[in-house]
Amino acid sequence: MRPLTGPDMSKPTRIYLPADSAALALGAEALAEAITAEALRLGKSIEIIRTGSRGMHWLEPLVEIATPMGRIGYGPVGVADVTGLFAVDWLHAGKHPLCIGKVEEHEFLRRQDRWTFARCGIVDPLSWSDFIEHGGGQGLAWARAQGAAATLAAVTASGLRGRGGAGFPAGIKWRTVHDTAADIKYVVCNADEGDSGTFADRMLMEGDPFALLEGMAICALAVRARKGFIYIRSEYPRAITVLEDALSVAREHGLLSDCEIELRIGAGAYVCGEETALLESLEGKRGQVRAKPPLPAHRGLFGKPTVVNNVLTLATVPAILTRGAETYAALGSGKSRGTIPIQLAGNIRHGGLFEVPFGISLQELIDEVGGGTATGRPVRAVQVGGPLGAYFPRALFDTAFDYEAFSAREGLLGHGGIVVFDDRVDMSRQARFAMEFCAAESCGKCTPCRVGSVRGMEVIDKIVSDRDVNENLVLLEDLCNTLRLGSLCALGGFVPFPVLSALRYFPQDFRRS
Amino acid sequence: MAWHKEKAAVIIEANRHLDGPALPVLRALHEAFGYLPEEATAQVAEALNLSRAEIHGVITFYHDFRPEPGGRTSLKLCRAEACQAMGSEALAAEVSQKLGTSWHGTTRDGRVTLEPVFCLGLCSVAPAALVGTELVGRADWLRLQQALAKCDH
Repeated sequence: MRPLTGPDMSKPTRIYLPADSAALALGAEALAEAITAEALRLGKSIEIIRTGSRGMHWLEPLVEIATPMGRIGYGPVGVADVTGLFAVDWLHAGKHPLCIGKVEEHEFLRRQDRWTFARCGIVDPLSWSDFIEHGGGQGLAWARAQGAAATLAAVTASGLRGRGGAGFPAGIKWRTVHDTAADIKYVVCNADEGDSGTFADRMLMEGDPFALLEGMAICALAVRARKGFIYIRSEYPRAITVLEDALSVAREHGLLSDCEIELRIGAGAYVCGEETALLESLEGKRGQVRAKPPLPAHRGLFGKPTVVNNVLTLATVPAILTRGAETYAALGSGKSRGTIPIQLAGNIRHGGLFEVPFGISLQELIDEVGGGTATGRPVRAVQVGGPLGAYFPRALFDTAFDYEAFSAREGLLGHGGIVVFDDRVDMSRQARFAMEFCAAESCGKCTPCRVGSVRGMEVIDKIVSDRDVNENLVLLEDLCNTLRLGSLCALGGFVPFPVLSALRYFPQDFRRS
Repeated sequence: MAWHKEKAAVIIEANRHLDGPALPVLRALHEAFGYLPEEATAQVAEALNLSRAEIHGVITFYHDFRPEPGGRTSLKLCRAEACQAMGSEALAAEVSQKLGTSWHGTTRDGRVTLEPVFCLGLCSVAPAALVGTELVGRADWLRLQQALAKCDH
């Protein structure tokens, strides 16, 4: 917060401007300087508050002005727009082509039901008073008052499943760690969000880091752990800075009085998002996958019982305890309960973060919410669930966004990211890239993944260069089966999803003659 | 900065109390010097009472660690799917041609090292890049040049 003094210093107008990576990448920092300079020149008293992002990334940088009618939004605002915006008196909600009206009433937000992201984009992420005013801390207070058994029961009853992608019930994992006797237990937050098309963890950590820390504190209380680690990828410099600051603020206010949390930064290895590789990396070793069993819940970090949960899983728990496990469980479809923060990415007009109950169709997400492609061309394919997720053609857009519905169609919900491609995409290249990525990121421990991914690239190269196409197609299917059934972890095990789906739904891209 | 044994020792000492110290120690050294030369392996191994093979294994496993110094500014271009959907491959080809260097290479004047990165979490504002410490969304050659110019100051 930077109060400015000027002739009209009686009541500074509050201006909210995201310091989320997406906004920064589109010039939010230069914009903040330009707004400050222009206000000073005009003698207007303003106070700029840096927030996370609302998740409407096509409108970033999105500036919100606090008015008696509520927060009025203007976006996307460039430095060149600032003079004109002051000229129409935007500090009093002046009309302007960039004005989107009351931000909360924007259709993109009205369609959502935000639990995990309730505070994101609204509060100053490092302001403890903002956090408390917007319901922060109540989940931990509930857990402290009700105790570990009631907390475990509530998390189980909510139906919350691991948001990292595996979808394992959080309550069962927590109970297993709780029930395993040990002198030391750990809570580990997996913030190694490496899947292309996903950025929900990043947004949450940058926009509402206390939600994550509160969730970890609750988890520690429930499983009787006293030490936690957040393993965050090095590709998220902004999130790292915010978390470092958030940890000291949280410590000051007693959020971490029963559980100390340490931030650890990765070093650019995708496979460390796999939970056992992550634990190896935390121990200071190569990020090589461990064979399971033993499960990390029995023997995890340094051989001790460990909860490993994704950022979103942990950050949703406080809201569940505050607003009620049954209320959360009443949302969703099938066995996928509650809400899912969906990320709309790639070639999409309205990209961003959209949190709704499970069950919404791909078609609604891409055409209605996302508004089709950014390039205006027809959507040809979408990849859901990261680099290991299947490519779906429009014929499958009736698929409901839930774990089982995607599995039933040999797809992967994963971490909830959707990457949209227009009609210029060459699916044989996408299939080859999946193998190439697997080869580059394989930890090397198991042969199907380490060698199979390289062979996969070679076979696809032969197919697209028209060499023994029929034989090589059979070989590719066979190789994918070996990878699927013979790999230790999801990297090799799931890479057949993008490859075989590309082959099945877009065969014309592979057969050139 | 050139490798400096005494400075490295101070950095190692500041991190060795951590649980599983190898990665934080190596990260801190890499951040300070910009690369991890041969000497780092032996020094870290001895300080942490681990074998040189173990430390060598860790250093070579992680993409972030460079065995030799890079250029003054690192230009990381995202090569992952969401950026591909917005033309990142064509952009990479253009950048590589304009800079006169390929992936992991440094321009002849030592100004820029071009590096691939797999996802910066800017998939809704693709293609994305990280120039020095500045994030660039909807990147094109012009915006990358502007970001590079800022790093020169």
